[in-house]
Amino acid sequence: MNFSFYDFTGFTQSIDQALKASMSPFWAVTIELVLVGVSILAFYALLGLFLVYWERKVCAMMQNRLGPNRVGPRGFLQTIADLIKLLLKELIFIKNADKLLFNIAPFIVIIASFMAIAAIPFAKGLHAMDFDIGIFYILAVSSLGVVGILIGGWSSNNKYSLIGAMRSGAQIVSYELSVGLTLLSVVVLAGTMQLSEIVESQRDAWWIMKGHIPVWIAFVIFLIASTAETNRGPFDLAEAESELTAGFHTEYSGIKFAFFFLAEYMNMFIVASMATTVFLGGWMPLHFWGLTGFNEIMDFIPPFIWFFAKVFFVIFVMMWFKWTFPRLRIDQLLQLEWKYLLPLSLVNLLIIAFIAMMGWHF
Amino acid sequence: MIENREILLNDPNSERYLVNMGPQHPSTHGVLRLVVGIKGETVDSVQPHCGYIHRGIEKMCEHITYPQIIHLTDRMDYLSAHQNNHAVCLAVENALGVQVPERVQYIRTIMDELSRIASHQLWWATFGMDLGALTTFFYGLRDREKILDIFEESTGSRFLQSYYTPGGLMKDIHPDFQKHVKEFLVYFRKLLPEYDQLLTGNVIYRARSINMGLLSKEDAINYGVTGPSGRGSGFSCDVRKHKPYGVYHKAEFNEILRTEGDVHARYMVHMDEMRESMKIIEQLIDNIPAGDFIAKMKPVIKLPAGEYWQSVETARGELGVYIVSDGNKNPYRMKFRSPNLSNLGVLEKLSIGHKIADLIAIGGSMDYIIPDIDR
Repeated sequence: MNFSFYDFTGFTQSIDQALKASMSPFWAVTIELVLVGVSILAFYALLGLFLVYWERKVCAMMQNRLGPNRVGPRGFLQTIADLIKLLLKELIFIKNADKLLFNIAPFIVIIASFMAIAAIPFAKGLHAMDFDIGIFYILAVSSLGVVGILIGGWSSNNKYSLIGAMRSGAQIVSYELSVGLTLLSVVVLAGTMQLSEIVESQRDAWWIMKGHIPVWIAFVIFLIASTAETNRGPFDLAEAESELTAGFHTEYSGIKFAFFFLAEYMNMFIVASMATTVFLGGWMPLHFWGLTGFNEIMDFIPPFIWFFAKVFFVIFVMMWFKWTFPRLRIDQLLQLEWKYLLPLSLVNLLIIAFIAMMGWHF
Repeated sequence: MIENREILLNDPNSERYLVNMGPQHPSTHGVLRLVVGIKGETVDSVQPHCGYIHRGIEKMCEHITYPQIIHLTDRMDYLSAHQNNHAVCLAVENALGVQVPERVQYIRTIMDELSRIASHQLWWATFGMDLGALTTFFYGLRDREKILDIFEESTGSRFLQSYYTPGGLMKDIHPDFQKHVKEFLVYFRKLLPEYDQLLTGNVIYRARSINMGLLSKEDAINYGVTGPSGRGSGFSCDVRKHKPYGVYHKAEFNEILRTEGDVHARYMVHMDEMRESMKIIEQLIDNIPAGDFIAKMKPVIKLPAGEYWQSVETARGELGVYIVSDGNKNPYRMKFRSPNLSNLGVLEKLSIGHKIADLIAIGGSMDYIIPDIDR
């Protein structure tokens, strides 16, 4: 087994060969699927817990507070204690709620985010599924989540939930366009939709450095639109605590509420890793043209550390938004998308297509 | 009225529906119930239902003595506890013709202004939260703590101080009072610009507040909207200026008036009033004369038969105290003209045609304290 922090291809291949050598191909593939599934599940749960903890620490830092600091070292076990609490809590069923839809909604939300995470390249070779239409797949799968939110809000038989769900539907459908168009602009430059190849195309420098100002504009629009797509502040109209108590998940309790909660954080991780993969070079280290010594030092840091550092930086920026800005109103939210972001990203895409056609990018 | 609305609701062709906001709702800061008629996201009627925290304070006052009444007034507008005390004390003192020592008047004025700042800080904190900016809540409370510490030091209590008593104060100020107040002024002058940086200049905040919930000067006068909400519409209603009490006539300060009458105008009145209050305290804090902290009073206070009225400017508007006495040690009838009830009356007029989110912002800008509405 040849294990390396820099290239996981050999590691995964040797597992594959070892399995195929000892049993029939069918069982080898089945066991591989189970292995991948279990590791993604474990990763998902741990990362979700960590993100919740981290959000609380970041928000405490911005609000002159300490945040969780009692359970475990530096409050690290606080989220685990919270999870246990949520698991043990009673699941409340609403009398006139639509039972089937009410129960199925949290699963739709969480499965959508779960499926998206499978296509994200964490490091070289550390990649569950490498589609040739990776970006398209992630866009398609991550927009499934809104179906769960709509169903959950509608079936709870609560006016606040209904208003929250309808807001969320309008919001995600609108902002999907900007997200798609801005991702498309890098697809035009890289000439591929496969995530591993997009990362590979940024070996000498990230797209944000290579693509002139239009890619910066695309990056900023992507950050705004994806924050809106994950229903986070200042675009958290679907929850809008001060208006709609808890919006679409008002009536959910216990672990079903935790599913919505966890899915929100994982969606944040997914859009942050999309921003990283597409704009910030994925797991590629920071390179500058000509600085050979600097580049070699950067190469020394393992790729997955680069990936997570960038992802957490983007997530930090999104948390920063949430804890600084007031919430937008629904008509202002739609105005921002349809009147400003969408035309801007359309024009931007045209400019980028022109740049790509003339070969002006680096 | 309600039945008509429910018929409307049951009409299958109507897209209207009713939403109960409150009595338990995060944005009402208490137990106010608003029955809101909504078409899509647009508000088309708002019916406030009061009474969920009605404790019958006015009736209770008829059975207790005047020094005891002070303690009940704390529980009306709990953020303006000092000013509420002040109103009753002034009414009783004027009725008896007692001249309170000048030291008491200075301390009362300073305490009133401190609690006005504390109240506006809390208002700013919760108003930001109503708009969805959660960080303001902690910034506001952080600075309010300093004032509560000063209160605790001198009055023994942080929240419901009951510090004033007919004829003077319960006890003298703490020896460090002046020093700590001056320290606070230096501290808060440095931190007030932070409030502006966080919220006032924010693009989203401005889009949410400018031209929202317009209240004309005529409506402000007709509905009796006083305090920052009235002054935001250009209604000059500051009791401190028009009928000075305490030592307000010795301090130089401006009555903050704005003419726009929208949410942002009310916001700016609050922000500027904090600066004016600091100005008043700065002028008075070094000049507190020596002397007694209470005038010589009879052990049992009995007001001569008659009717008495006294109004003061609380953090939310004009608080009037109306006492009818039949010569006994307790009033025959006591009536409080609380600013919040009048301010609540105008809410429906302000919010019709706006979105749900604006209803919350408008309600927040009017600065409602529910126990003061219900008493």
